[in-house]
Amino acid sequence: MSDPVRRIKAPVRLEYSVTAGKDLSRFLVAIADGRLIGKRCPSCRKVYVPPRGVCPTCGVALGEDVPVSDTGTLTSFCIVNVPYEGQVMKLPYVYGSVLLDGADLPLSHLIQGIEAADVRMGLRVRAEWLPPEERRPTLESIRCFLPTGEEDAPFDTYKEHL
Amino acid sequence: MREVAVISFAQLPIVRREDERDDIEMVLPVVTEALRASGLEKRQVGFTVSGSSDFLTGRPFSFVMALDAVGAWPPIEESHVEMDGAWALYEAWVRLQHGDIDAALVYCFGKSSAGDLRDVLVMQLDPYCTAPLWPDSVSLAALQARALLDTGRATERDLAAIVSARRSAAKKNPYAQLKGDYGVDALLEAPRFVAPLRKHDCPPISDGAAAMVLATGDLARKVCSRPAFIRGIDHRIEPHALGSRDLTRSSSTSLAAEKAGALSGTFDCAEIHAPFSHQELILQEALKLTNGTEVNLSGGALCGNPMMVAGLTRIGEAALRIHRGEAKRALAHATSGPCLQQNLVCVLEAG
Repeated sequence: MSDPVRRIKAPVRLEYSVTAGKDLSRFLVAIADGRLIGKRCPSCRKVYVPPRGVCPTCGVALGEDVPVSDTGTLTSFCIVNVPYEGQVMKLPYVYGSVLLDGADLPLSHLIQGIEAADVRMGLRVRAEWLPPEERRPTLESIRCFLPTGEEDAPFDTYKEHL
Repeated sequence: MREVAVISFAQLPIVRREDERDDIEMVLPVVTEALRASGLEKRQVGFTVSGSSDFLTGRPFSFVMALDAVGAWPPIEESHVEMDGAWALYEAWVRLQHGDIDAALVYCFGKSSAGDLRDVLVMQLDPYCTAPLWPDSVSLAALQARALLDTGRATERDLAAIVSARRSAAKKNPYAQLKGDYGVDALLEAPRFVAPLRKHDCPPISDGAAAMVLATGDLARKVCSRPAFIRGIDHRIEPHALGSRDLTRSSSTSLAAEKAGALSGTFDCAEIHAPFSHQELILQEALKLTNGTEVNLSGGALCGNPMMVAGLTRIGEAALRIHRGEAKRALAHATSGPCLQQNLVCVLEAG
């Protein structure tokens, strides 16, 4: 018998066009306009940013739009030191969870304008927007978050939102 | 065996493309409606199980995101099958046999419009010898149809007659995607799409979602005036290799029907999940349906075929006829995989 076949190549490529959904679409349209909006759960009153169609805790549709600030508090972060395929940022860089003022859930984004070693929980940060003509319906319309220079937020102010 | 009944069913209108809503926004209204119609509180539901496929959404773990729609806090006991919701229903039925809970929620969703469905369905084929050839779903069904026509057990006119009858019946189904009066002769004038199939022999590409609540004997009778009791349910599968099956017979349907007790007694109506017209003829034979049984009064999958949803919808449509007093005994069938590879048969009875 000839050599057994030990491996085959079977490439697969499928293309999808994903629907953002009603709630997330409102958020994306607003972000192209330089605004951040969330939605409030009518049951537990939490404000979700980005809004997500349903409050996962209560299982009900989210209610009214809530404008939120583009300034917030870093609740948690990760310093990325490991190179990976498709990496575009120069190492090391910081990826953080930002609790925007007025929101109940943090948003993930890049933290820049500060040495990685100096990044800390409670750091106050503000969105660094692309110029208006470059903004599109994507979180990339915010280039990163930069320190505001304000005093750090006390732990008690965000301990429920980690 | 504990008695288990379908006490509510809800579905979205079946459409070619859900442009605005994402999966979660599609699941929420059907889950909410099924719970409302069941008369149960969410906390009375002891088990939740869903059916969907990441290959349709194009996103990994999409079923986890969809779980948001049921409000999983405090933590709930839940499960998922990468299959049609009919198999999620089967898992719920098994779970209810354990005896410690009395109600279960089943839901399913499928947005075929996100990708190219004929290619996406290649992913369910044997990955070594079949999938690398990229035989699309309609072409495989056409091979099956050709094999059936070659036996002399059916003609192209028989296929067109099925389509004509189902689209006519679907006029009464507000959720159906395709409906209307189409004469057999006019249908036969249409060009072949993938020979011998014409476009109308194939199911439409559909987006949809559905949900169902099940309850055990006493609870079902308490909250539902005419519960649809599952008196038999079974599912069987045939070999993965298409060449090792007789595509003109559905042996797995025959076996599931026998085990579910569907081959004795008569049925007022049957909901058969036959995405392609010729498949309905193969399934009718396997299920040994008699003349007194009205088949696919909803129009069936030929009039709306949301992947992962159309099978549970057959069981839901059959159960609703019992709820409304239009049927005492109903047969429901669901299929999965290429060319009727896997089949589930469910016998529903009033009282």
